[in-house]
Amino acid sequence: MSGRVLVGVKRVIDYAVKIRVRPDKTGVVTDGVKHSMNPFCEIAVEEAVKLKEKKLIKEVVAVSCGPQQAQETIRTALAMGADRGIHVEVTGKDYDTLGPLQVSKILAALAKKEDAQLVILGKQAIDDDCNQTGQMTAALLDWPQGTFASEVSMEGDKVKVVREIDGGLETVKINIPAVVTADLRLNTPRYATLPNIMKAKKKKIANVKPADLGVDLTSRLEVLRVDEPPQRQAGMKVETVDDLVGKLKETGHI
Amino acid sequence: MAAVGPLARVARLSSSICRSRTLDLSRCPQRRGVASCVDPAHGLTEEQKEFQKVAFDFAANEMAPHMAEWDQKEIFPVETMRRAAQLGFGGIYVQPDVGGSGLSRLDTSVIFEALSTGCVSTTAYISIHNMCAWMIDTFGNKEQREKFCPDLCSMAKFASYCLTEPGSGSDAASLLTSAQQKGDHYILNGSKAFISGGGDTDVYVVMCRTGGKGPKGISCLVVEKGTPGLSFGKKEKKVSASCSLGAAHACVQLAKDHLLVRKQFGETLSNNQFLQFKLAEMATKLVASRLLVREAATALQENQPCAVSLCSMAKLFVTDECFNICNQALQMHGGYGYLKDYAVQQFVRDIRVHQILEGTNEVMRMIISRNLLTES
Repeated sequence: MSGRVLVGVKRVIDYAVKIRVRPDKTGVVTDGVKHSMNPFCEIAVEEAVKLKEKKLIKEVVAVSCGPQQAQETIRTALAMGADRGIHVEVTGKDYDTLGPLQVSKILAALAKKEDAQLVILGKQAIDDDCNQTGQMTAALLDWPQGTFASEVSMEGDKVKVVREIDGGLETVKINIPAVVTADLRLNTPRYATLPNIMKAKKKKIANVKPADLGVDLTSRLEVLRVDEPPQRQAGMKVETVDDLVGKLKETGHI
Repeated sequence: MAAVGPLARVARLSSSICRSRTLDLSRCPQRRGVASCVDPAHGLTEEQKEFQKVAFDFAANEMAPHMAEWDQKEIFPVETMRRAAQLGFGGIYVQPDVGGSGLSRLDTSVIFEALSTGCVSTTAYISIHNMCAWMIDTFGNKEQREKFCPDLCSMAKFASYCLTEPGSGSDAASLLTSAQQKGDHYILNGSKAFISGGGDTDVYVVMCRTGGKGPKGISCLVVEKGTPGLSFGKKEKKVSASCSLGAAHACVQLAKDHLLVRKQFGETLSNNQFLQFKLAEMATKLVASRLLVREAATALQENQPCAVSLCSMAKLFVTDECFNICNQALQMHGGYGYLKDYAVQQFVRDIRVHQILEGTNEVMRMIISRNLLTES
């Protein structure tokens, strides 16, 4: 067992920023807008670093796909305790159409190349809310998956994952190597400390191109239009329950 | 490991599909997207931006939610400060060999500016604590550094800076507290006033007279709590330039948010030209202040000959301008600005003192004019 964990971290628009749609309706404004690590990716990094601190794994490798700025996100992961980083360079049109399919192909290739025993990802990104990358990565690798994890524990050559599902909590035990995706309550990510931020500067970030991994970035999706959510319409007050049922029937809601 | 306030995290993540604003607007201004012209990250290195981010996050999560309570109940937030120390904020510009973070004055300014958006008075204390740790680190001998600095950097022990006396404030060199050497110890006689953290802290860095009159007769002694004869008076009821910056930054955000929300005369205040112009002036003065502080910090770090004057200029300009910014922000809130539910009034109260402490702004003028008039 290599004892190596791959953690995917995505650079997204910061959760506190007010999103604005571009005038050409092709996407949202990203220029000059504050970006940070996807919060669920932070939770993934924290879990990996915790496993290393418990000496259950040996090395945490942080991966991010994107242009030059993706390195900032990797540095944040390094400052939290990841050992080294891999920046998969994706720019221009390729970056605009980069989605779960392409990223999962990249992660699967890297997981094999790095001989990872675990791939830990955030359950979804807060910009596209796809919730697909972890699942696709596992499928491409033909590895078991424990998604929406609220608890992860290593038990020999298996991983026990408590999953948050609609009906409550489900516990699964899956063989290593495996893919785990982090949900909100898995842990509380640590602040990077000043000494760790400075140590992170010395940690290595390798540069890789998708072509080097044999990955085809062509998108199978075309974004036709991006619109703001419709303005909230005024509601209507009614006097009785009968009126309510009548109105609901009238407007075709029931 | 520092814990993030659970409610804030659940609130912001559980609605990741629709980005609803669940944070209280009046309390957490710094979580809004910052307009690029007043962005405090402007001009910083990647590393400094990382430091700043940690400090802003810590301020928003660990300090801002408690700022009002600490003020009202006059709490010295030991646990929170120790968590800050775990991140390296206990001895930011102290050498790493005794537990410090070994950063520059500019890095330090950036950090304190960010922390004070969470609570000005706590950050002001942290900056004083850092200064005491630095003094011992820089001017102490090997034994003293090893004895005091590690505990101060981790905030296992807290420090206070003791210069001012009931009879000597601006005229610091006239202090009367005396220290007489008697064999292997000193006997100190006197009293100090306006000591931040006094009574709560463990290590007192005391300026006292060991020689003749004037500044040359003054030495610095470290006195520990529990030393026989050391007693504390009553806690005074009350109200540094990077801390002022943070407060002003927070207040500009609060004012902007309020103008966009509050309506009078049929439209939001943000449509009122006077208020637009006022906000522009506030933002301009904020950026000017920030540049001056950072320039002074760099001069200090590099030991430039103009460092003292530049720092005095920064202190003078920044504390005055930032107080005006916070005051204006309060005015823009109208009656609401006066309510303790709104953070803006606490910022105004907390930074008013910065025009007085660490050398009054009048003393700053003395230093600057003396420098100008004695230079050839």
